[in-house]
Amino acid sequence: MKDLAAIAAFAALVGGLTLALDSGVWLTFIMMALYASLLAQSWNLLGGYGGQFSFGHALFFGTGAYVQAIAQLSLGFNAWLALAAAVAVAAAVAAFVGALTFRYGLKGSYFALVTLAFAEVFRILAVSASFTGGGVGLMLPLRESLGNMQFGSRKGYIALVLGWVVLALLVTAWLRHSRFGAQLQAVRDNEDAARAIGVDAWAVKIGAIVLSAVFMGAGGAFYVQVFQYIDPGLAFGPTTSVEALVAAIVGGMGTLWGPLLGAAVLHLLGELTRNLFGQLPGLNMVVYGSVLVLIVMFVPRGLSGVGRSVRDLLRRPRG
Amino acid sequence: MFDFGILFSSVLNGVTTGAVYALIALGLTLIYGVLHIINFAHGAALMVALYAVYLLKTQWGIDPYLALPIVVPGMFALGYGLQRGVINRAGRGKDENILLVTLGISIVLENLALLVFKSDTRSIETPYTLSTVAIGPATISLAKLVAFGGAVAASAVLLLILTRTDLGRAIRAVAKEKHGAKLMGIDVEHVYAMCFGIGLACVGAAACFLLPAYYVNPLVGAGFVPVAFTIVVLGGMGSFVGALVGGLLIGVVESLGGLYLGESLGQIGIFVVFIAVLLFRPQGLFGAKA
Repeated sequence: MKDLAAIAAFAALVGGLTLALDSGVWLTFIMMALYASLLAQSWNLLGGYGGQFSFGHALFFGTGAYVQAIAQLSLGFNAWLALAAAVAVAAAVAAFVGALTFRYGLKGSYFALVTLAFAEVFRILAVSASFTGGGVGLMLPLRESLGNMQFGSRKGYIALVLGWVVLALLVTAWLRHSRFGAQLQAVRDNEDAARAIGVDAWAVKIGAIVLSAVFMGAGGAFYVQVFQYIDPGLAFGPTTSVEALVAAIVGGMGTLWGPLLGAAVLHLLGELTRNLFGQLPGLNMVVYGSVLVLIVMFVPRGLSGVGRSVRDLLRRPRG
Repeated sequence: MFDFGILFSSVLNGVTTGAVYALIALGLTLIYGVLHIINFAHGAALMVALYAVYLLKTQWGIDPYLALPIVVPGMFALGYGLQRGVINRAGRGKDENILLVTLGISIVLENLALLVFKSDTRSIETPYTLSTVAIGPATISLAKLVAFGGAVAASAVLLLILTRTDLGRAIRAVAKEKHGAKLMGIDVEHVYAMCFGIGLACVGAAACFLLPAYYVNPLVGAGFVPVAFTIVVLGGMGSFVGALVGGLLIGVVESLGGLYLGESLGQIGIFVVFIAVLLFRPQGLFGAKA
């Protein structure tokens, strides 16, 4: 109940802020921070609660993005129908990859590497196939209307992505209190012990990867609707995978609010360094990378664990 | 489908490229086998070494092959320092932290290169850049042949260090049983840093052999990372013989894939092999256990 109240407060706060703001810069900031939060929360469902570290979450992101574009361009789908298809196909890809890798018991670094490889295979296929537009990518024509899921104001997009983030938060909160969530966390903490008490680890992990892919696919579809463009590198390249996992880990894995905090802080950091050092290409990312290393060195529990770290520090006897 | 000459020269090309891949993968597998770290900064380290070779050639006219005694110790020092100063401190033995730190290091290195050298792709001119050698029905560039010989020699030196020296014994002891090694008086932190140093030294040697027939830009390392991971997994994580054989195999797979499927789709062969190995033989061809 406490979680639900907090989620409702969060939605009301962001919604109210969006309605009150008129500056395009701030609206874009909120939109992109929410989008980054969606990807981070998606990764957190599988990585944080399931303990399965994916390095290739772009696989689901890119699938969602391409289905969203192709369904509208080649199949004549309405944008909202395309979104349903994008989420469904991303989930199907996740079920396939999950069934295959978990069936063979891949864990830890092996699971991480196999997801990376699947994302690369999809990238190469997207470059080589013709229905994906090859290396050039696909462009969505600009047709602003609610029916086309294209909005003249950022506020429309914020409403859309806020809806997804709230849904992801609700699913995460459900994981914390449900039987399925308890089984998933048991598998994360000790798979052998979980099996011994009758948890079907295979099914539980597939459930988690599918849930995670639903939100990642939605993120990809959202990307296409906002930028009206997708190419193989944007869709399946390592950048998106890295963005999702870094935000989740920096913020705090396996927590409800950590991924959102991580995504917001990293997005703010990215924007700040870009505005400060934008004239010198590369310098902004040098600062970004350095801060990332420093956060890991000095904030081991993730940003949402800072409070606990400080309390420990105060409680620790001096000597 | 293709006549023997084309096929032979394709395989030959693959083997020579594969030897350099093997050298890069040897560094990666050493770091994984001993420290159990998936080093995401490996590609960025290769990029740094390639720029070092490039600068030595263009600023001081030092031939890439003569740059070996400068670049290899330099990369070793970089690796030793990074492990002792940053990775070890930040990692605290937690996988996700080490992952983030090596990722952060690669972001910093790649963008420093972007800042200093801009995103231009550069290559060097040597007297032998255009020389070729005929082997049977195929011709191959001299630089690639030297790269093959050099990579094999460097791998042999590494294997000798690991099997015949006290350091090698210490490394193998730490890889097998960290706590036992510590009780025997081995400085584990030092061995970890030595491994990371040697891993990057391999990359330094690879860069010296690679550049005469290759190019460098800030993102050049990114292309090698998945290939090197594939080789390490194919050979068995931590297996040195595996990395050597895996490197040659992957070089040939890539070359033949390019021949039969074309430039862009050809790369897919590597990843199909990778996924198949992960699924059906995750311990790799030469790995001891899963």
